[in-house]
Amino acid sequence: MSIKIALAGNPNSGKTTLFNILTGSNQYVGNWPGVTVEKKEGTLKGHSDVVIQDLPGIYSLSPYSPEELVTRTYLVNDHPDAILNIVDGTNIERNLYLTTQLMDLGHPVVIAVNMIDLVRRNGDVIDLQRLGKAMGCVCVEISALKGEGCMEAAEKAVELAKNHEHTDMPHVFNGSVEHALAHIEESIEGKVQQNYLRWYAIKLFERDERVREEVGLDQDLLNHLEEHIADCEKEMDDDAESIIADQRYCYIERVINKSVKKKAPKHALSLSDKIDRIVTNRILALPIFACVMFLMYAIAMGSFPFSIGTIATDWANDVLFGEWIPGLLDGILTALGVSGWLYGLIMDGIVAGVGAVLGFVPQILVLSLLLSILEDVGYMSRVAFIMDRILRKFGLSGKSIIPMLVATGCGVPGILASRTIEQENDRRITVMTTGFIPCGAKMPIIGLFAGAVFGNSPLVAVSAFFIGVAAVVVSGVILKKFKTFAGRPAPFVMELPAYHMPSARNVLRSTADRAMDFVKRATTIVLLSSIILWFLQSYGVVDGVFMAVEDSNVSLLADAGRLVAWIFYPLGWMGDMAWKATVATATGLIAKEQVVMTFGTLYHYAGELSEAGDEIWALVAADFGPVRSYSFMIFNLLCCPCFAAVGAIKREMGSVKWTVGTIAYMCAFAYAVAMIVYQIFGLFTGEATFGIFTILAVAVLAALIYLTVRKNKYADAKIKVGV
Amino acid sequence: MRTLKDAKVGDVVTVVKLHGEGAVRRRIMDMGITKNVEVFVRKVAPLGDPIEVNVRGYELSLRKADAEMIEVTG
Repeated sequence: MSIKIALAGNPNSGKTTLFNILTGSNQYVGNWPGVTVEKKEGTLKGHSDVVIQDLPGIYSLSPYSPEELVTRTYLVNDHPDAILNIVDGTNIERNLYLTTQLMDLGHPVVIAVNMIDLVRRNGDVIDLQRLGKAMGCVCVEISALKGEGCMEAAEKAVELAKNHEHTDMPHVFNGSVEHALAHIEESIEGKVQQNYLRWYAIKLFERDERVREEVGLDQDLLNHLEEHIADCEKEMDDDAESIIADQRYCYIERVINKSVKKKAPKHALSLSDKIDRIVTNRILALPIFACVMFLMYAIAMGSFPFSIGTIATDWANDVLFGEWIPGLLDGILTALGVSGWLYGLIMDGIVAGVGAVLGFVPQILVLSLLLSILEDVGYMSRVAFIMDRILRKFGLSGKSIIPMLVATGCGVPGILASRTIEQENDRRITVMTTGFIPCGAKMPIIGLFAGAVFGNSPLVAVSAFFIGVAAVVVSGVILKKFKTFAGRPAPFVMELPAYHMPSARNVLRSTADRAMDFVKRATTIVLLSSIILWFLQSYGVVDGVFMAVEDSNVSLLADAGRLVAWIFYPLGWMGDMAWKATVATATGLIAKEQVVMTFGTLYHYAGELSEAGDEIWALVAADFGPVRSYSFMIFNLLCCPCFAAVGAIKREMGSVKWTVGTIAYMCAFAYAVAMIVYQIFGLFTGEATFGIFTILAVAVLAALIYLTVRKNKYADAKIKVGV
Repeated sequence: MRTLKDAKVGDVVTVVKLHGEGAVRRRIMDMGITKNVEVFVRKVAPLGDPIEVNVRGYELSLRKADAEMIEVTG
């Protein structure tokens, strides 16, 4: 029989560092059922029979966030044998608040006071004996960053678990509250699990709706309990939830007065505060933020001598997947004498498709590394603090700015960067809109049309960027007014953790995890879609005979393009360009650079095409009018992103439903905007004629405006409860 | 009624009562802003909102709209 130890603690308490030390590489990462909260467990090093269950970082066992709910449910239903509660020693007062709640459950608890080295450096003293006695559990001191005392703490928890030692619950509450709790316990005895009687009583006292539902008491009994609660509230002149929270903190204050000696006076400036005075300074904050972002962008995606991300990605694209692997495979396949179609499938389908996506891995690695460092140091919460005011107007969180900025380089790491947004609604809206930002791969599309149709006007690129940003803003405003995202913008009551040195172990691990995840998803989804597209492009029916075709104008893809091109009729894609535009859009799903290459093939350009396709400008210009090409460009910039980005969306949404919803939303939005542009602007230039679609376009425009400006009827609604 | 929103940078105020209801209020309490606790207003974000306060020995940021729920004196 294995022993289960639950690892619980506040965010920023060093929990991840401790978990990594305790389990090393024996980790299993998944999701808690029904929510996108990450679930990690692992076996304790040197104890193959001990499972460490990492719980989400939370401040309380309230019923409001998905993280809090999964933690509660786990602690009550899965009966861990002991809880290892990590507590930040430099911020002990608030950290112990969660501890008092964990104690209510009656599991054996070991408190690991972390960052003890910093506590000592500050000249503070924590009396572990006294603290342990007052809290009714064992206290040990650790420094997770230095790896001191960690195994001992875990072994202590194992020892308690083996001995089934239960905790003496401290008397946290005063007489009248305990009196009411005793009454509630008496009334619900036999209706809940006996060992959690006190926990259920406290939750019922707080009028916790989740627990009320779960226990399912009849109305008479509820009324009876309500009398006791109301009496107590009257006596204390406060509401039940506040009484409990107040008294927990009062109890902690007493415990701390006895067991912690602080050297520095209250509100004194620590080193971290001094750094923060500059970093979040009224005048300097924004320029510093711009510099940090620029540096990150330059290192990962710029074209400077120090831009290692670009250098590595260029190498991967041009050398690794451009020469080495094709060369190697070419040799092997030729030596094996495989048939032509298999050769084509592997070389043109799989290597070209998957290689195009895997080529981004170095860039993603570098970006993830930098993001992890910023996160680990504590800068991310400052970014949210600085940017919150602007972004919350659009239904986004202060932290949404980072995914958006990263996405100007590549949408994939951009979407993955949304991981740092705790609030589920904010994170979802961010993921849904990040793909609108014109990424590097969309630049050739802009280049093609700017050159072919608009005489290389720089206004085209500027307007494309503007449209991308506008799409994000408008979508944010529209989406947050829907019931799914209802509620006030997430409560922005956020800890600004003290700056600290990043832990190399954490940074490297989180970077590797993100990159591996991308590779895994990219290779599955991209592999499959590349094969399908390759097949459609390489085969066709000529004179009634199904065969491999050289000329992609007669391929199945071209046929399919002709078959569905009418869908884009309202966007002004008509005549011979319609199917070409449709096919190019479809191939853009592999990677957006493909759009220009596809035009090259479709316009029978045989040579090597430059990035913006200068060679086919005249042909494109003959087929595409200005408004029509603008509608094509907008649709391609805003519609479904490439498969790699779809994979990233699926990763962050954690659900097929939300992924499909996101893609559908993006396509619909792209379609609407492209149609409005073509139909309305086309009227002025004479490219479009007045008709049913003009009316439709005006109606859609009116609908979009309505959705944007309508009153948010959920603005004051209670925040959506969890899951 | 004086609220945390009205407090100036550098003020030390004492919490009297939390108004409002639901998740935000509970979150504020969970983060340690409860009756009689001292709150030191550290700074205001560059764009004027949110604010940063020091409470129970750590730094907490909250929006002015939420700070308005917190009645203070001093």
